[in-house]
Amino acid sequence: MTLRASSILGGLSATLINLLIALLLGGLLVAAVGADPSAALRVVYNGAFGSSAGLSYTFYYATNYIFAGLAFAVAAQASQFNIGAEGQAYIGGLGTGLACLALPGVSWWLALPVAVAASGLFSGGWALIPAVMEARRGSNLIITTIMFNFLASLLMTFVIVNLLRVPGSAIPSSGPMPESSFLPRIDQILTAIGIPTNETPLTIMVFVAVALALGLIWLIWHTRWGYELRAIGKNSDAAAFAGVNVARVKIQAICLSGAVAGMLGVNEVMGAQHRVLLELAAGYGFTGIAVALIGANHPAGIIPAAVLFGALQQGGASLSFMFPNVSRDVVVIVQGLVILLAGGLIHMLRPRLVAFFAGLLNTERSA
Amino acid sequence: MPEPQGANAIEFHNIHKRFGRVVANNDISFAVPRGTIHGIVGENGAGKSTLMNILFGIHQADSGSILIQGRPAHIKSSIDAIRLGIGMVHQHFMLVDRLTAMQNVVLGAETGFWLTGGVGGGRKRIEALQARYGLDFPLDHIPHNLSVGTQQRIEILKALYRDASVLILDEPTSVLTPQEVDILFTVFKDLKAEGKTVVLITHKLREVLAVTDNVTILRQGRCVDTVPTATVTRSSLAEAMVGRKINPVALPTATPSPRPKLSVRDLVVKGQGSMGVRGLSFDLHGAEILGIAGVAGNGQSELLMALSGLAPVIEGEIRTEHLTIDHKSTISPGGLRRGGLGNIPEDRHRNGVIGEWTGLENSILGLQRSKDVPGVGRSLNWRHIEAWCRDLLRHNDVRPPDPHRPIGVLSGGNQQKLVIGRELALEPDILLVGQPTRGVDIGAIEAIHGKLVEQRNKGRALLLVSVELDEIFALSDRVIVMFEGRSMGELSRSELSETLVGMMMAGMSKAEALGYLKQRESA
Repeated sequence: MTLRASSILGGLSATLINLLIALLLGGLLVAAVGADPSAALRVVYNGAFGSSAGLSYTFYYATNYIFAGLAFAVAAQASQFNIGAEGQAYIGGLGTGLACLALPGVSWWLALPVAVAASGLFSGGWALIPAVMEARRGSNLIITTIMFNFLASLLMTFVIVNLLRVPGSAIPSSGPMPESSFLPRIDQILTAIGIPTNETPLTIMVFVAVALALGLIWLIWHTRWGYELRAIGKNSDAAAFAGVNVARVKIQAICLSGAVAGMLGVNEVMGAQHRVLLELAAGYGFTGIAVALIGANHPAGIIPAAVLFGALQQGGASLSFMFPNVSRDVVVIVQGLVILLAGGLIHMLRPRLVAFFAGLLNTERSA
Repeated sequence: MPEPQGANAIEFHNIHKRFGRVVANNDISFAVPRGTIHGIVGENGAGKSTLMNILFGIHQADSGSILIQGRPAHIKSSIDAIRLGIGMVHQHFMLVDRLTAMQNVVLGAETGFWLTGGVGGGRKRIEALQARYGLDFPLDHIPHNLSVGTQQRIEILKALYRDASVLILDEPTSVLTPQEVDILFTVFKDLKAEGKTVVLITHKLREVLAVTDNVTILRQGRCVDTVPTATVTRSSLAEAMVGRKINPVALPTATPSPRPKLSVRDLVVKGQGSMGVRGLSFDLHGAEILGIAGVAGNGQSELLMALSGLAPVIEGEIRTEHLTIDHKSTISPGGLRRGGLGNIPEDRHRNGVIGEWTGLENSILGLQRSKDVPGVGRSLNWRHIEAWCRDLLRHNDVRPPDPHRPIGVLSGGNQQKLVIGRELALEPDILLVGQPTRGVDIGAIEAIHGKLVEQRNKGRALLLVSVELDEIFALSDRVIVMFEGRSMGELSRSELSETLVGMMMAGMSKAEALGYLKQRESA
């Protein structure tokens, strides 16, 4: 138990220290463009957490990051690197849109499971092709999933512009979803129970995201399938020797990863945009890779990492609003620093901290 | 190179080295006299490799000093070590397969930017060294196509080409036939006659006794003793290494089952970096251990792969009571396990355990689809599995018996005990055993051998593949010697002799080898 505790403590403290360093470097950057770093930090913090609207937006962004981060983590647990969440989410958005358009007048609680299934089928199916190429033919999944992002983008442009666009409209998007399918927003719920709140795109999908995270913890760490998946991730030769059908489990893992990415599409189409828009995944699929990296590919780490990225995105918007000479790019740079430090360089610090805590816990026990 | 002083080629004085909390070398002091062959023995983890890595500049000692040829040496890198006249022949050869034998020797020791003397100069020097030390090998061949023994001679010459006066060889005999070992030892004696010093790191006590002048025994990072080899016996050495008395396992007589439990007929398996299996047939009965002897890379691995369901059968068939594998019907590793074939893999780290995982997670690896392990099903009940795992660790004497420790931090012997216990948990009828004591210390070897014999006495059929002749001789009721994917013949326990098996390992059929021996006897 001591070993596990020290590795968790070490990982956690290393992440926090690295985040602090990223923040300090970001502060230096803000100072360099002639603004007050502590004031800027306050603005970012207040923007992200200081008002109910800011908080809602933070969690709305975080919802997308949770889906994208979980998508990457599922496959990463099997050492499969699915870089295609962006495209898979985009195709999943199409599935969601088609499901909702096919169910006019059907209320959201019936439409949601259908849309989730359709989105999962579309996005999981989109991931199936690179998955089979990887597992059966040895094509590099990283390359194929990146290429499939471009394919998804081109295919969706064609579908939206030529098939879904309302005739005569100049806007490259599908028509609006039936209003009955709009997911309940959190602000509506809060207002209904007597807490008046401004309208934001945060919907009940945030609960779906948390439930999905819990479900994946169960699936990956408490079922035989998850055990076999992790065995492949750690040592696929040993997994094969132990009787795991390596190719099949790999394909299943990558498709599940794609299907999870599809939930991002559900959130955008049913929750936020209510249309199938061009580039509806808006980069969340890519940033999700960094979220998973910082969250150590574990749902329990991905949720806080996603909230952090949501807060940076929301707080960053206020920053450029309040400080004319600080552009939004500063926040993007801070995001980059977070990824570099908490995602990459952490491997320099973590082993030392783990060893430190192991020593500390041991002396406590023997004392 | 400095002029030698004193009588010793190397002196270690109070060498200490720690890796984190592990003390690898604890106050080690001994001397290697110039012009002798010096053995260093010890179990895995006794500190042999660490000490040699310190001598060769790969690690730095925390404290203590080293004297080379009587002068204090500060060895910061292998370049320093080579400059001081130390040559190292690693267990895994460091030869470049795209270069010829000669280019390999010269590589890194070329004569300056302009290559003064050119190819001809290098060749002349190599040929002179070859003649002087009897290190024959063709200069213009690619090492990959040469035998392992020949590759080793290239490695030795590489060191001599760099003017090594002290040669360190790390487990040099593990890949050689007994005859090749004899040739190697002749080379050692030639080197000694020329005033060179040879340090032999090994765990094979027979070889220490056969060739060394002095021997240093390490145990748990400490230097137990340095003594003239003439004053020790095999059992006294083993005892000093382990720190207690070692009892060889007894093989009581047993009657093999009349019907074979496993039949292999004309088996052909594609090679993976070696010859593969090229037409092998044998029967394996209950209550017997069939040993497969041979130099590594003669198709034993491919045989085990095919029997594990990991390599397709090209021709022939493998048949048990319930299963048949041939070129048409393959059975997955899981299917074979459920069909009663237990499997102790020859490469534990690659196939047997997942090093980063805990003992708990490893304890059901391969059993994850078994119905007989409590807590294992579609979903996993880790609390039940933990209770089961604790039993498994205790019954198999895995130390420490902590289910939550990553398996990678356990010693090789304890890892192997877990693997064996796990494979026996399903009570398989047939047990495939590959290199069961590779990287395992003597104490654990004793326990593992005992366990295998116990299975045989219970009536199970064991196929033992090992490159350690001692192990084959100790455990086998019958032995098949493999060479280039074929059987060179089958020997009963009473027929076993090192000379005979050695000749068959080098590619003579049993009849040829017996004929040759008879001829030699009468001559």
